[in-house]
Formats: sequence, structure tokens, C-alpha cells
Amino acid sequence: MHLKAQKVMELFINRISKTKQYILSALFICIVSLVCYLSSSFISYRIVGFLLLITVSLLAVLFDILPVLFAATLSAIIWDFFFIPPHFTLHVNTTEDLIMLLMYFLIALVNTVLTFKIRQIEKIARDKEEREHTVKLYNTLINSLSHELRTPIAAIIGATDNLQSNNSKLTPQNRNDLLGEISKASFRLNQQVENLLNMSRLESGFIQPKKDWCDITELVYDVVKRIEENNITQRIFININPNIPFFKIDKGMLEQVLYNLINNAAQYSNEHSNININAACHADVLQLIVEDDGRGFPAEEIKNVFDKFYRLKNSRTGGTGLGLSIVKGFTEAMNGSIRLENISTGGARFTVEIVTETNYIKNLKNE
Amino acid sequence: MSNKAEILVIDDEAAMRKLLEITLQSNDYNVTEAATAKNGMIMAANHPPDLIILDIGLPDASGHEVLKELRQWYTNPVIILSVQKDEEAIIKALDNGANDYLVKPFRTGELLARIRSALRATLPEDNNPVINNGDLHIDLQNRAVKKNGEPVKLTATEYTLFALFVKNEGKVLTHQYLLREVWGPGYINQSQYLRVFIAQLRKKIEHDANRPEYITTESGVGYRFVAKE
Repeated sequence: MHLKAQKVMELFINRISKTKQYILSALFICIVSLVCYLSSSFISYRIVGFLLLITVSLLAVLFDILPVLFAATLSAIIWDFFFIPPHFTLHVNTTEDLIMLLMYFLIALVNTVLTFKIRQIEKIARDKEEREHTVKLYNTLINSLSHELRTPIAAIIGATDNLQSNNSKLTPQNRNDLLGEISKASFRLNQQVENLLNMSRLESGFIQPKKDWCDITELVYDVVKRIEENNITQRIFININPNIPFFKIDKGMLEQVLYNLINNAAQYSNEHSNININAACHADVLQLIVEDDGRGFPAEEIKNVFDKFYRLKNSRTGGTGLGLSIVKGFTEAMNGSIRLENISTGGARFTVEIVTETNYIKNLKNE
Repeated sequence: MSNKAEILVIDDEAAMRKLLEITLQSNDYNVTEAATAKNGMIMAANHPPDLIILDIGLPDASGHEVLKELRQWYTNPVIILSVQKDEEAIIKALDNGANDYLVKPFRTGELLARIRSALRATLPEDNNPVINNGDLHIDLQNRAVKKNGEPVKLTATEYTLFALFVKNEGKVLTHQYLLREVWGPGYINQSQYLRVFIAQLRKKIEHDANRPEYITTESGVGYRFVAKE
């Protein structure tokens, strides 16, 4: 949290140009000096010295080192010229005042340099932490990827080797099984590559939803058809009001969101269980619900499931931990939100909500 | 002389050409191959094939360019292969005169079905435009459509749309094409009209409008009227 605040500060400093920092520093010093000058009948010039010192210290927190050094010098001159007697000259009468002026200048300098150093050290610590985080993420990626990509590749190589060099010993049944394995493995590879491509699209940061009118019923049935072609054992139930309007939305992204959600439910729920899909329109919000009647998610892990590369601690089958983070990424790219909850009767429920234009033209006169 | 259909494959990937060669030859097609756009054009010009399978990503020229040039004189079907599901590229190729498209990786069954349907479309047109497809009976001359022998009542717009599908059986028709042909050039962005009429048409001719078998969706691209085999 502390580092985050520091980072915000760093950004703030970087956003203000050097020239502006000089101008602002001078301005602050002048304002404080003016206020002090106007009230010089109430406060002694020594107090003014402290007030200016505080101003310089505050500037040191906000700005870069050079503008602050400039402010320190400027304030020392102003203090000497306007406040230390004799006024309106740089001349100093007493030794005491001279020592004070020198001390003022020294303290301001030390303060500025120290603040700068602290900031530098914090930046180094932060960079290190960020680097460690990146390395950790990278390792997770490499681990899950090498597992997820190599397993199907191993299956393909193994099966083809068998078919090539062992052919005479294989029964037709064996041969069929091996071919089936190759087919399954390549399908899985294709899926993973698809996920990786989508992830890099999201990471690149410039995905723009391409909105067009979408018949949500058609889209849901289409996605379900594609999922059912993978020979899943679960039964999928679809519940959509026939009078649901059209939505202006990026169809490709919504398809991917729905595909990943249903696919996730199919992969991680028990065989022959049920998956329910609901689509509804509340005011101008498209609400999509995908629920299964499996075991649900461990409560303490729910907040993490959308994180990139996150996989449940007791995960049994493969997966790169990309599917749900893509769901979240695409949903947010469409200005939507997603939440996950466990159903009291068992199972998990994903709810996607997207605010968008609707159109009830469906009921238009058909001439 | 054999009466096998000739297919020219233009693809720079040797593995892809090998796969297509084996698939097509074992399904009784004659196959010729080119690895570059330039060679492909020369081969097509020297000996025009019955169908061309063209990869969009060629090393020496884009498939779009090849397609445009081909279409100046070549009238037989062209099927496009593309690597990623880039809807804009697919729509562009279809607008430039491609008959169909496949996204790699594809199923060989799918490829063969597309080839069959594209070749069927080039057969000389029948004078008697009566089409039987599954339990649909369509008589274009008398503007009559029957499902299981029962007349299907279509509105004028529904019929125009449906007739367009029937005449282009097996072919992907893009959203823009359908809007232009049925409603006119001013309606190209009114995709909601198309969605409405597709939904209504499906209710009338499909067994289950939610699981269409005749008018299928080509996601992000358009629709296709499928022949039941």
C-alpha cells in the first residue's frame, strides 16, 4: 500500500514538466514570503525563516531535486533581503543572523538532498518488487504453458510414432484410439493457442469493441452448438425470453466470453451434470448467467479466479488459468462487469452484465 | 481424358499442400499445386482448373490481390483459406468474388462439403427452378415454398430474402450483400432488419428456429443456405 502511494507520487512528479516545477516552486516561495511580509508586524523574521524552511521541505516532497534547490536558494535570498535586518539589502548585521542564514541554507539543502535520496531508494525497492512480481508471473506462465502445450504435443508425437513404427502390431482398435488421441490433443492445442492470442490482444491494450446489433438468442444457441460438438457429457439448458430485444454489442467478444464460461463449466463440473444459461434484459442491461450444479468454488478463492494464470489450488484437469481472465478482460472491454458466486444449493453462478443500447424492432410490422 | 474435377491449391505451406493433396486425391479430385501467387496465376491461366483453393497469406502477394486479378477472367469457384478468424479479411475476400472460406485449422469433412457445394453451384442452371432440400420444396417460378408438402406463407420481403438464399445454395452471403440486395444500398448498416427477417424466416422453415439446419449463421460474416445431403 505504501509503495502504491509512492508510485502515485512518482507519477504526479513525472506528469508536471520541469519548467512548471521551477515556476510552481518560485510561486510557492513568493506567496509564503508575501504573506509573511504582510504580517511581519506580528511575527519575527526568525519565525519567517522556519516558515520558509517548511515550505522548502514540502516542495522537496512534491518536486524534483533541481527545482527544490532553486527554491531553497531563492527563499534564502528573499529571507535575507526582505526580512533579516537591515531590510532591502543582502547585508547581514549580526554574526548571529549570519550563522542563522548559513544554517537555513544548509538545512534546506540537506533536507532536499535527503528527500531525493529516500525517493530514489524507494524507487529502486519498488522496481525490484515489480521485477520480482514479473519474474514470478513469467515463471507461472512458463510452467503452465509448458505443461499445457507440451502435454498435447507429447500425445501427438507419441501417437504418430506408434502409428509409424509399430503399425503392424496395432489392432484396428488401437489405431483408432491413437488417432482419437491425436485429434483430441490437437483440439486442445488449438484451444490454448486461441486463449493465448486473445490474451495478447487484451494485453496489447488496443482492443476496441466493434458494436453491431446482435440477436442474443442466436448467439447463445450458436455457442452452445459449438460446445456440444466437443462431445461434452453435461446437459445444457437455455432460458431466454422470446421477446428479448437486440443488443448493440461486439458479437465476437461476447461469443468468446460465453464460450469460455460454458467451456469452463463443462470442464470443471461433474460428468452428466447440468449447465444453465440465462439471458435477460433489465432496462438497458444485458444480463447473462451461466451456472452449473457442481461443487462451486472455494469461498476464499473466489476473488482470485479472474486473475491471470490463477488456477484453483485443488485443480484436477489442465488449463492455463487464462480462460476466466479473458472473460473478465473482454467483459470489461465492453464496459461490462462480471461476478462469481456459489449457489446455496450447490454449484457456481457467473453473472455478466453489460449496459448497452437495445432495440425492440423485433416486433416491427412485417410487410 | 478423365472427368475428375481439377483443383488448384495455392498455398505456401508445404505441409498444408501435402494435406490437401492427400485429402483431395483420395476423394477423387485431380490436384495441382502452387507455392507462390505468381506460379498460381500462371498455372491457372495455362490450364484453368474447376476450382481454386487460395491461401490469403502468400509470401509474394496477398491473396486478395490474386483473387482480384483472377476474377477478371476466371469464373469458376474460389475457396479462400485464412489463418486467423479475421472477419474483415473474410468479408473482403467474399466481396472480391470468393465463393467460400475456411479458417485454418479446419476439418477435412468441412472442406470437402464446401468443395462439393461450390462445384455444384457451377453446374449449368436448370430451366426448371424447382429445388428440393430436405423437407423443403421450393418452386422459384411460381414463388411457392412448401414444407413437408404444406405451403409456407412468406411475406414479400421474406420471400425475396429466401429466394436469394435458395439461388445461392451453399454459398456464404455476407450481411452487407443481403441488406443491399433485399433492402437496397441505403440499408447496408441496418443490420437489425436482417436479424429480424432471418429470425422470422427460420420460424417458418426450420424445425427448431433456435437450432437452424437450413439457414445457418456464419458468425460475424453472414448466413448460408445449406443443402441437406
